[in-house]
Amino acid sequence: MKAVPAALAVSISLLTLSVALAQSRSSGKPPAGAVPKYDPAIYAELQKAPEKARKRTNPLQNDADAVAAGAILFEQHCAECHGNSAEGSRKAPSLQVPEVQTATPGALFWLLTNGVVRKKMPVWSKLPEPQRWQLVRYIKSLGGPAPAGDSPVPKP
Amino acid sequence: MALFCRLVLLGFFSFSLSWVFSPPPALAQERPYFVAYDHYLEEPGNLEIEYFSTYGTQRGGNNFHAFWTEFEYGATAWWTTEFYLDGQTTFHDSTLFTGFRWENRFRLLKREHFINPVLYVEYENKNGADKILKEGEGLDVESGFLVSNAEARKEHIHEVELKLILSSTFKGWNFTENTLAAKNLSNSPWEFGYALGASRPLALKASAKRCAFCPQNFIGGVEMYGGLGDRHNFGLHDTSHYLAPVLAWNLPSGWTLRISPGFGLNDNSHRFLMRWGVSREITGFGSMVSRLFGGQK
Repeated sequence: MKAVPAALAVSISLLTLSVALAQSRSSGKPPAGAVPKYDPAIYAELQKAPEKARKRTNPLQNDADAVAAGAILFEQHCAECHGNSAEGSRKAPSLQVPEVQTATPGALFWLLTNGVVRKKMPVWSKLPEPQRWQLVRYIKSLGGPAPAGDSPVPKP
Repeated sequence: MALFCRLVLLGFFSFSLSWVFSPPPALAQERPYFVAYDHYLEEPGNLEIEYFSTYGTQRGGNNFHAFWTEFEYGATAWWTTEFYLDGQTTFHDSTLFTGFRWENRFRLLKREHFINPVLYVEYENKNGADKILKEGEGLDVESGFLVSNAEARKEHIHEVELKLILSSTFKGWNFTENTLAAKNLSNSPWEFGYALGASRPLALKASAKRCAFCPQNFIGGVEMYGGLGDRHNFGLHDTSHYLAPVLAWNLPSGWTLRISPGFGLNDNSHRFLMRWGVSREITGFGSMVSRLFGGQK
C-alpha cells in the first residue's frame, strides 16, 4: 500500500488538471457585466434541425400552466448559463434574440433534446418530453405575449 | 480508525463547502441508479458531491457497512470525470479506508439517438477489503467477503475497468444496459459483468408551482447487476446477481436523495443490500475555481 499516496496524488493532480483544462477553454471571453456579443453563427445550430423536427407543434401550446412551469424549469436548469432572463452570458447566448424567437417550437425542442455537445450545450433529453415542451413555451414567451414563432406550424 | 475519521471529515467538509458556496439552487435531475449508468453526463462546469452508503448482510460472517464519497465534475458536455474515496466498516471487525477510483465517461455521439453509447474508463486503486459493490464483476461472490479486514487489506488491487453504456429514453422511461470488462493489472484475467436499469419520473409534466413533493421530483425504477465470470470461466457459474428497486428524490434545493433495497438472486449473492445516498450539485463550480485563481472575472 506504499504506492497509494503517490497514486492518490497523481489521480488528484490529473483530476485537477482536467478541471483546469476544461476551464481554460472558456478563457478570453468577455468579462462578467459586459453585454455578451451577439454572434449570429451561434444560432446556426437551430438551422440544423431536420425539417420533420422543425414542423413539430407544441402539444402544450394551449396548456395554461406551461409557461409558468417552463419558467421554473428554466431557472432550475438553464439560467446558470443563459442568464436569469435568458439575456445571455459569457457562457451561453441570449435566447431573447430574433433567431430564437422566430424559430419554430419544433426547432427549439430539437435543439434542447440534442444539445450542442461540442459547444458545451448539454443534451436535455433527460428532462421528459412534456418538460422540454414547457421550456419551449417559456422561451417563446420571452419574445412577447403572443410571439409569431410560437404559433403551430401548419401541416403540409 | 484515523483514516475513517478523515474520510468522514472530508465528506462533511465537502458538503459544508457545497452548502456555503453554492449559487442559487439548481434542481438536479439525477437518475436513481446506484450501479447502472445512463448516457447523461454532468452539465459542464458543475460539480456534484455525493455520499453513498451500502449496508450488506453476510451469511457466516459479519454484516458490513461500506461507503464512498464521489466528486463528479462536468469537464465538457461530452466528458464527465469523477473521483471516489471508498471505505467500509465490518461489524465486530474494523473500519478502514479501502481505496480510491478515478472514473471518466465520454459521450461518443454528438446528437441524441435511439441508443446512445457512452464509453466509461476507470482506474481503481484499492485493497481487497473494498466492499462498496459498485459493480458486479467476474467471480465475486458472498463467501469472498468472509476474510477478515486485516487479512483482506493485504491484497492490493490496481484495476482498469471499461464499460460500454448503451442508454435510451422512450416516453419518459430510461432504459440502460452496461457491459463491463475489468482487468486487475497484477496479472489477473479480464473479468466481466453487466448492469441493466429502467427508470421513469412519477410525472412527466412539471408543476407550475415550486414544490418538494411534486411527483416529477421522484424518479423510480429498478436495476439488476452481476458478474459474468472471467476470461477462463465466462458465464453465470459462480457469479452473484442482484435485483434492486431504486428511488431518487430530486429536491428543488439542489439536493438529491436516493434509496435502494437490493436482493441477492442466487446463493452466491449477499441476501440483502440496503443502499442510500445523498448528493448536492454545485452549479458553476468550474467558473468559481477559475475566479478563485484570478481567471475569469
